[in-house]
Amino acid sequence: MGIRHRMNRREFLGAGAAAAAGLAFPLPAFAQAAARVVVVGGGFGGASCARALKQIDPKLQVTLVEPNRTFVACPFSNNVIAGLRSIEEQQFGYDKIAASGVTVVAQAATAIDGAARTVGLADGTRLSYDRLVLAPGIDLRFDALQGYDEAAAAKMPHAWKAGEQTVLLHKQLEAMDDGGLVVIAAPANPYRCPPGPYERACLIAHYLKTKKPRSKLLILDAKDTFSKQRLFQNAWKELYPGMIEWISLSQGGKVNAVDAATNTLITDFGNHTAKVANVIPPQRAGRIAGLAGAADNTGWCAIDPVTFESKSAPNIHVIGDACIAGGMPKSAFSANSQAKNCASAVATLLAGGTPGTPKLINTCYSLAAPGYGISVAGVYAPKNGLLADVEGAGGVSPADVPREFRAREAEYADAWFKTITAEVFG
Amino acid sequence: MASALINVPAKAKRGEIIEIKTLMSHIMETGYRHTATGEVIPRDIITSFTCRFNGKEIFRADLFPAISANPFFTFFTTATESGKFEFEWIGDKGFSETASASIAVE
Repeated sequence: MGIRHRMNRREFLGAGAAAAAGLAFPLPAFAQAAARVVVVGGGFGGASCARALKQIDPKLQVTLVEPNRTFVACPFSNNVIAGLRSIEEQQFGYDKIAASGVTVVAQAATAIDGAARTVGLADGTRLSYDRLVLAPGIDLRFDALQGYDEAAAAKMPHAWKAGEQTVLLHKQLEAMDDGGLVVIAAPANPYRCPPGPYERACLIAHYLKTKKPRSKLLILDAKDTFSKQRLFQNAWKELYPGMIEWISLSQGGKVNAVDAATNTLITDFGNHTAKVANVIPPQRAGRIAGLAGAADNTGWCAIDPVTFESKSAPNIHVIGDACIAGGMPKSAFSANSQAKNCASAVATLLAGGTPGTPKLINTCYSLAAPGYGISVAGVYAPKNGLLADVEGAGGVSPADVPREFRAREAEYADAWFKTITAEVFG
Repeated sequence: MASALINVPAKAKRGEIIEIKTLMSHIMETGYRHTATGEVIPRDIITSFTCRFNGKEIFRADLFPAISANPFFTFFTTATESGKFEFEWIGDKGFSETASASIAVE
């Protein structure tokens, strides 16, 4: 107490040595000029990341490359299919993002030169970057199911990218006579929105029960288990008895081919002809990730779980549905969580620092009916080079609870959508 | 509660090469896993699959612990005459299942 510290000789020498060492490693040249970050893809991942970068370091030059002037959100789009919501409620613009200082370029990214650090756009211009963030979402694999190409998708919609396809599936359900068979083909893992096909089954069943009660819904699945399975199956029994049938992989549920002319889905053990067929095909990372050399032979992008930097393409970070995020599901919430952590890592790297170890969160709400919500939540951290589930954190909604509990979760779902879209686009 | 799925064409032309598909629901427990308390989970796999046509064996497979759950076999044969395919799966713990399908050859 009261003794002032005096620097002794050893400390003095040590301080001098550290200063000298600092001089030996000058800061990178781009630290003087504003560093340039290009973000490709204006969905929940890319838009969140562009905004977060600007918030973390307002001096950064952040460009968001997205060809569509209106974003159509996938979460809650199953409500549009079931006639419970308008497609307009799913639409968001980029004006507020531009107002926050992000340069929004309404062009498609068509080429990436990792060596020159440039992004080529559809109009021929090139953008230079110090670091690039790819958030291209998914491409549907039109080569995966025999007979299922883009033309077939106009007859048998996937509705797995929200927009025209969502509206098309809704219109087909409206046009169907009572007593018709609706078939959903669900893909094997991994794919965008793991609980999505089953929420969709619920909400379509809700529509059928209300408007066309003699109809049936069949799910042909390339899996034997799925997200929130027990909760969904309980809801099917409770809300839609006798209406939904699920054929799993081991029961011959995997669809291999389709015949769009007859609306037929073909498995190894039988054909199913639908009045309305919703074919959700296998998927891969958006095409630009492959062009950047960031996608591996699975079609998805391996990343460093701390920085989200591609394991195969230096200075290129991949977030959202396109990346291999270990235990994290491909969801809007995951993309948003990854975007913020990636933005922080990118800003730190550009400032010459070492990014800290992140913790990420995901929550997925699903509606089994209006006012009937269920959820799954998880916390993730880097472990053995992947983002792994933090054991004991998160979980799913309890199985046996009163309907008020489900009603509250439906309210949370609604609040979550308002919050995330306000944060990202508002 | 095992269940067999089989897909045999109902009819074929004489000499035509036909595809046969089968799937047997089975856990295929390897015998190499342990419970949380360290006890070995006993092996429970299908060990053999046989297909006979009109009583004569035309396809056979021996299965081992590396085979995934719900073994799926697809193979080809030549349709020579009308008759009956019989399928048989045999495994650990006295597992035995059969299925059959007829084909009309013109």
